Amino acid sequence: MAVVRIPTVLRPHTGGEARVEVDGATVGEVLTALVADNPALAERLLEDGKVRGYVNVFVDDEDIRYLDGEGTAVPAGAEISIMPAVAGGAR
Amino acid sequence: MSAASVDTTGERPVVAAHLDALRLPQDVFDALVAHAWSDFPYEVCGLLGLQRDGRVEVIPVANAERSMRYYVMDSRELLRAMRRIEDEELGLVIYHSHTHTQAYPSATDIRHAAYPDALYAIVTLEDHDAPAVRAYTIRAGAVVEVPVVVG
Repeated sequence: MAVVRIPTVLRPHTGGEARVEVDGATVGEVLTALVADNPALAERLLEDGKVRGYVNVFVDDEDIRYLDGEGTAVPAGAEISIMPAVAGGAR
Repeated sequence: MSAASVDTTGERPVVAAHLDALRLPQDVFDALVAHAWSDFPYEVCGLLGLQRDGRVEVIPVANAERSMRYYVMDSRELLRAMRRIEDEELGLVIYHSHTHTQAYPSATDIRHAAYPDALYAIVTLEDHDAPAVRAYTIRAGAVVEVPVVVG
């Protein structure tokens, strides 16, 4: 069982919940379970079953891009954080 | 949402996008301009946290791209900065600099805007002698300017 921290911007899609407990041994499994329980999150988090490019996902505050991506192991009691990226530019 | 619905005295978090103006104390404006110059000609970025009493916290976040045309907030710094905003129930302003163009959201800014309750502030150094800050809501591709009041 892992705890997923939901940022304010995504709480309208979790019924206002800031922390959601879901099962899963990897980040991919956790996110799949999360969107199964909260379908409105699916299009914001995933694309073709992968984490969208402009969504940051962390396991215990480590960005999964620098771990094993969706295959990153989720130890029991780990905390998963999700945060839409902030990006832009002059062009 | 009208400005009259903004709760500035109660315990509810500030929702920046509901404000009728972005009020920046002079020292905050100066800090934003100084930050924009600090890595010129590269774009800089960060968050502002709006307190209910009008104070404004400046939280610079590293630009992971270090580019003149593009910014991506460093993910771990963004996580820390955003947690501080949430934990302290501050209103969220997302800022970045345009070093060579006007302070208007680009197509890139609009495409990537993922925070409908935030104000998006842009610091422009286009006129080196007259740096300026403008602010916008960006919701579902729609850009609405919100006045910036300095002082």
